[in-house]
Amino acid sequence: MAITPQQRRPAPADEPSPGAEPTAGAEPTLAAEPTPAAESALAPSPAAAAPPLLEVRDLIVRFGLVRAVGGVSLELPGGQFGLALVGESGSGKTTIGRAVLRLVPAAGGQIRFAGADVTALRGRALKSYRRAVQIVFQDPAGSLDPRMRVGPTIAEALLAHRVVPRKQAPERAAALLAEVGLDEAFASRHPHELSGGQRQRVAIARALSVEPRLLVLDEPTSALDVRAQARILELIGRLRGERNLAYLLITHNFGIVSELCERTVVLYLGMVAEAGPTAALLAAPAHPYTRALRSAVPEVDPALRRSRVILHGEPPDAARPPAGCVFHPRCPLAIARCLTEVPQLAQVRPGRLVACHRADEVLSGAV
Amino acid sequence: MSLEISGLQVRFGARPVVNIDRLGLGDAEILGLAGESGSGKSMTALAVLGLAWSAGADVSGSIALDGLELVGMPERELRQIRGRRIAAIFQSPAAAFNPVFRVGRIVADALARHGLAGSEAADRVASAMRQLLLSPDLLRRYPAQLSGGQLQRVAIALAVALRAQVLLADEPTSALDVTVQAEVLELLRELRARDGMSVLFISHDLAVIAELCDRVAVMRQGRIVEQGRTDAVMGAPGDPYTAELLAAVPVIAGGQGLG
Repeated sequence: MAITPQQRRPAPADEPSPGAEPTAGAEPTLAAEPTPAAESALAPSPAAAAPPLLEVRDLIVRFGLVRAVGGVSLELPGGQFGLALVGESGSGKTTIGRAVLRLVPAAGGQIRFAGADVTALRGRALKSYRRAVQIVFQDPAGSLDPRMRVGPTIAEALLAHRVVPRKQAPERAAALLAEVGLDEAFASRHPHELSGGQRQRVAIARALSVEPRLLVLDEPTSALDVRAQARILELIGRLRGERNLAYLLITHNFGIVSELCERTVVLYLGMVAEAGPTAALLAAPAHPYTRALRSAVPEVDPALRRSRVILHGEPPDAARPPAGCVFHPRCPLAIARCLTEVPQLAQVRPGRLVACHRADEVLSGAV
Repeated sequence: MSLEISGLQVRFGARPVVNIDRLGLGDAEILGLAGESGSGKSMTALAVLGLAWSAGADVSGSIALDGLELVGMPERELRQIRGRRIAAIFQSPAAAFNPVFRVGRIVADALARHGLAGSEAADRVASAMRQLLLSPDLLRRYPAQLSGGQLQRVAIALAVALRAQVLLADEPTSALDVTVQAEVLELLRELRARDGMSVLFISHDLAVIAELCDRVAVMRQGRIVEQGRTDAVMGAPGDPYTAELLAAVPVIAGGQGLG
């Protein structure tokens, strides 16, 4: 089903119910947005039954003996919404993104997209899902074909998902380039003729070309200079409004989440350490790991520099996780209980979940 | 120790990529060299190491280490300085370690090239590893079995073992997690305080430079557009380009932002 820019419009804040009937002539596609008629017919009380756009429950991913993700749950309501997955290398953040894209299999738990079980999708439904969820990788030099010019790179995605007829593909590719702030002359260039920031814009244009409902942004600015990073972040901020985008932003750097993500999940060794509204979580971290990550962000202004909490050593080997709280070997606040008893993820404030025996003390500033 | 750069030009054919009138690094000083990709900061580092020719560039002007002229010095003599008196660490520590040898062998070979072998070399390595809180077990592993942060610290340990006076650090934390970055920055501060090591720290990230460096020089298109004490430059940038770089640093909106 082709969606022209004229037909495209912001989706309603609430998603259609999973059983929503497709409109006449349309595929039962996850990529398609509901027509106003379908909404009014099937969602008379919009807030009622709408499932979240993405719902992950107790996700487990294993690589051999290593449990890379050990039972993670998260939710993304859809519409204009950013969910940040923050953690160090080995925290499982990238693996979660890949499991959502079905690039790695889930060993346990559930992933639901607009109510549908993602792990059970086959055939046309799977293809439709692959269109609905797109990824932007850290290294655009690695994700773009070096032999292919920018225009055909974008057109390839348009044609694979039959977004527009072949003849209209170059025109649409040019429009997408304009949307991400690149002149149409870029269509005839090769990736090596572009700067890192320009290549990342091309990767974003290609991801957007198929009208996705969810973007997975995996360290989209980590390979870029700060100025290129600032422009890409600005672009994502603009597109989220214009396209009503929902996205998972995967990063090790708290510095880039506050402007783009409503909610943040902090991961450590494949488990959720803390989750909550980004502003509250950054203003007063409830987990010592969040506090350390937060304080590790370099600041220009000496007044903003927090007293550093330097974490020594590396996250432990995921093949041999420590007993008790997985963070205790590096935790400046670890007490005897932390060495033996695994802290459960529990609500400490409305909307805020923390897995730490000392969360109350951390939140109150007692430690 | 002092490192004085004056009238330095690095050219590819007729095209100059570095053009520095004057830049000095003092004893136990940490100097930041800031700029974006293509600004010439890494070529400046290569010139100081006497390696710009390997990238196909011509170097003219002066780079003097305690009055000793490095530009035009024969390669055989340069080898006694590079690594030994001026050590370097780079963005990708994995690329600096030969993947087929164990880390200990690579470290031992590097020391042997500077005439350090046997028990003295072993003692120096052991002491440097202790100083950097690195387990001696790491020496028995292959580079691929270490994390990026561990490899970067082994590279710094090598500089410590050789008792280098100057450390050239070219984007040494850009590929690391922020937590590991904080640890490496702390380490560089300690080396300066305890061993009096001077550091030329190259980065595109002014926030990292603000955290670490005593002075900063901002490079654009091969030229230094501004230099001075870090707090002065960051507090009131004198060049619009510096201001642009500063404005690009993400600021955590404490208690504001979305949600």
